[in-house]
Amino acid sequence: MVKKVLAKSYVYLMLFLMYVPILVLVVFSFTDGESVGIWNGFTFDLYGRLFRNEEIMIAVGNTVIIALISSVCSTIIGTLGAIGVYYSKRRTRAIIENINQIPVVNAEIVLALSLTFMFVFIGTYIFHENIFSFWTLLFGHMILEVPFVYLNVKPKLQQMDPALYEAALDLGCSPRQALYKVTIPQIAPGVLSGFMLSITLSLDDFIVTAFTSGPGLLSGAGKIETISTFIQSSIKKKIVPIEVRALTTIIVALVLIATVLLVMYQNHLKFKASARILTQKQIVARRIKNSVIYGILAAIVIFFVVIICINL
Amino acid sequence: MKFRFQRKYLAIPFFLFLILFVILPILFIIFYAFTDSNGFFTFDAVVDFFTSPNKLNVLELSLMFSILNTVICLLIGYPIAYILSNAKLNSNGVIVMLFVMPMWINFVLRTWATRDVLSWIGLDGGSHPYEATMIGLVYNYLPFVILPLYNVMLKLDKSQIEAAMDLGCNRVQVFVKSIIPQSIPGVVSAAMMVFMPTMSSYVISDVLSEGQIVLFGNLIYLNFASSQWNYGSFISLFMLALVGISMLITRNFTEKDASKESSRW
Repeated sequence: MVKKVLAKSYVYLMLFLMYVPILVLVVFSFTDGESVGIWNGFTFDLYGRLFRNEEIMIAVGNTVIIALISSVCSTIIGTLGAIGVYYSKRRTRAIIENINQIPVVNAEIVLALSLTFMFVFIGTYIFHENIFSFWTLLFGHMILEVPFVYLNVKPKLQQMDPALYEAALDLGCSPRQALYKVTIPQIAPGVLSGFMLSITLSLDDFIVTAFTSGPGLLSGAGKIETISTFIQSSIKKKIVPIEVRALTTIIVALVLIATVLLVMYQNHLKFKASARILTQKQIVARRIKNSVIYGILAAIVIFFVVIICINL
Repeated sequence: MKFRFQRKYLAIPFFLFLILFVILPILFIIFYAFTDSNGFFTFDAVVDFFTSPNKLNVLELSLMFSILNTVICLLIGYPIAYILSNAKLNSNGVIVMLFVMPMWINFVLRTWATRDVLSWIGLDGGSHPYEATMIGLVYNYLPFVILPLYNVMLKLDKSQIEAAMDLGCNRVQVFVKSIIPQSIPGVVSAAMMVFMPTMSSYVISDVLSEGQIVLFGNLIYLNFASSQWNYGSFISLFMLALVGISMLITRNFTEKDASKESSRW
């Protein structure tokens, strides 16, 4: 008994410590003290200032645009690559898989540095100008993401029944049709998880962005700033705008909502797979529980939308 | 001749992409590592790296931080993974999810948050660079340890543990003789997730020690920023070699493990 309590409190203590920095920022996003620890009275002011701060908004916009475009491109290349490699000769497959493993294990800064050298070389000797731009940044992010898309799609291909494709061919599909109608739907879950992973990799990236970005995407001047590089350069300049606390709070809320929905979806799948039969009472209890959770999530969203709208 | 569609042609863009953005850049690094600023072949960067006390210090410091970080993360994360894997505490996997969730918040933001909190409680990077960096590293890499360990713990052979108990082992003996050996693959992959990334980390040490602690990642960046490309390239190449060696060691390890598994049956 004592042991169980000890074990539980250890886990909860660690969980609490993990969230301390985040919680502190969340709490202090509701005051406008110059730094964390100075409580200047309760206010939603930071949320309005966040959306009026052009620099931060541009960084957020850049981050989202790059994450979406690079993830779509890498998902396409990685998925097609996984299909193609899976049906190649064993030796080709081994070679490509080993190359694919390099960016996965390589230190990000080495990857970024090597790409930068190549871009500088190409820029000086082939184009005779600085080629750092949105495109170099896009390729930089793609090289982080493509290997993971490949690794997510591959197991789905291995699980797939090869007879299905043959059957489609026998039933009169062209190879291309069979690919669209049989293979792609079968590997869809792997493609989706590869895409989601790509988005998180891109949103989180600092080093590759800092090395390979060119003139601003939305602002048109300076370097393309994403959230990561913006925060880093602000820290360097020792002036992190306090609105960033509000930004962090909003990101935490979004991540929280996404996590809850993901857990609920997984539980739903598990429940469906277990094929348990519930009594009327249990069904009602389940529905009430789900509606409460959805209600809380909706309340969080409405809360932030309202305080942002009021303060804008 | 008419072009006939084959599924393996789909890999062509992927293959070209890998060649162009993985192999070619590495060739550039190799080229720069063994040339001087005029493009002539030289071992200058190699000699410089192994004779400069400054750079060897960085190597030593990075190794120290990596080892410490790996050990601390394992010491904290192992019990958590163990408790979560068999307690009712974690019935829906919610708690594990909660441990992993901070990973989805932008890590520069998280590091900045850590820095703010640390300087609030008096551990700012200016006066306590080592402590602040260490805390930041552990904080950032703990989820990477918990996840692989948890996955291994879920697959522990419960009947072996019960057999050990039936055969008269006490709890400590069961833990040492059954649970730890079974979870070694998880420990190795967890250590891999922490060790190399710590050595090459840039943001955490830079932000939390206010630039006072220079790890391998920072050194590469500093060499790049001061346009000492050749030196920076060799350090990168050295890093790449370290990664390769550690990969080989762990691959060997897991293969040995697999063969042991098969010989038992």
